[in-house]
Amino acid sequence: MVETRIQTPSARSIQLDVPGWPGNIAGQHLDVRLTAEDGYTAVRSYSIASVGDGERIELAVDRLPTGEVSPYLVEELRAGDQLEVRGPLGTYFVWHPTDTAPVQLIAGGSGIVPLMAMIRSHETSGSTVPFHLLYSVRSPRDVFFADELRALAESPHLRVTYVYTRQAPPDWPIAPARITTAAIAADAFSREENPVAFVCGPTGFVETVADIMVGLRIFAPLTIKTERFGGK
Amino acid sequence: MSARVDGNALAGILSEYFRLDTTSAIVQCSGCGTRAALARELVYPDPMGFVVRCERCEDVLMIVVDAPGGAWLDLRGVDGVQFRG
Repeated sequence: MVETRIQTPSARSIQLDVPGWPGNIAGQHLDVRLTAEDGYTAVRSYSIASVGDGERIELAVDRLPTGEVSPYLVEELRAGDQLEVRGPLGTYFVWHPTDTAPVQLIAGGSGIVPLMAMIRSHETSGSTVPFHLLYSVRSPRDVFFADELRALAESPHLRVTYVYTRQAPPDWPIAPARITTAAIAADAFSREENPVAFVCGPTGFVETVADIMVGLRIFAPLTIKTERFGGK
Repeated sequence: MSARVDGNALAGILSEYFRLDTTSAIVQCSGCGTRAALARELVYPDPMGFVVRCERCEDVLMIVVDAPGGAWLDLRGVDGVQFRG
């Protein structure tokens, strides 16, 4: 591990140097295996926030109160510590810079991580495909990659919209609430644009959003790709 | 037991044994006939292994056991798997 950066009160991003890492596509994940002194092992999957070639990769991990692995990664891991990782993994929940369909991204909490890789890939590749990000967070301080998203949203090809579920900024026009059909419909492309979608977050969030999206009849069901993190 | 996740979570364990990524492979449910990418199926992590259920009918498709000597793949509810190279 090389360095970490605080992202939210409960999360930090982690830079790793992985010798022999072959590079990764936006949206892929890796497995982290921790082994205790008594030989007990725990394996967890984490999405990769970085994209492309090179042996330096970035994860961003939210601490789960009852987790076995995330509290260690968020609170105890120090620069120079070694981690055992397996990856890059997955070819389903990925975006390629050569893809041409408009992209709707919907994140719940730390579900932003693989979508951030897609946004970074979109930016660095110079893709002009329209991207919409709808990002559900508890409060403004729970936004991952807040400064970077603010800067990237200057692009005419990326629109970023927030949904606050517990506490909104003082001048925000909408009272804090769970993501609604109206919020999703307002951010959506038209059916004629043949958009695709990537939805990532806690399982309940992802399934609620996917059901709403199918109901809106904007997306063909198979063009809505989901990744469930588990949890509540 | 952990909460339900999905087939994306199987990429790591199966990568130990398959050359191609399996989560984009199409799985056909022998219960309802639905064909879907493994990544879309419902996965219940359990201490004994991953129980994979059909996204449509929720019948058990397969159980993936990560045993010390290697993996065991119980394909009790799968008619077939289509890999794309």
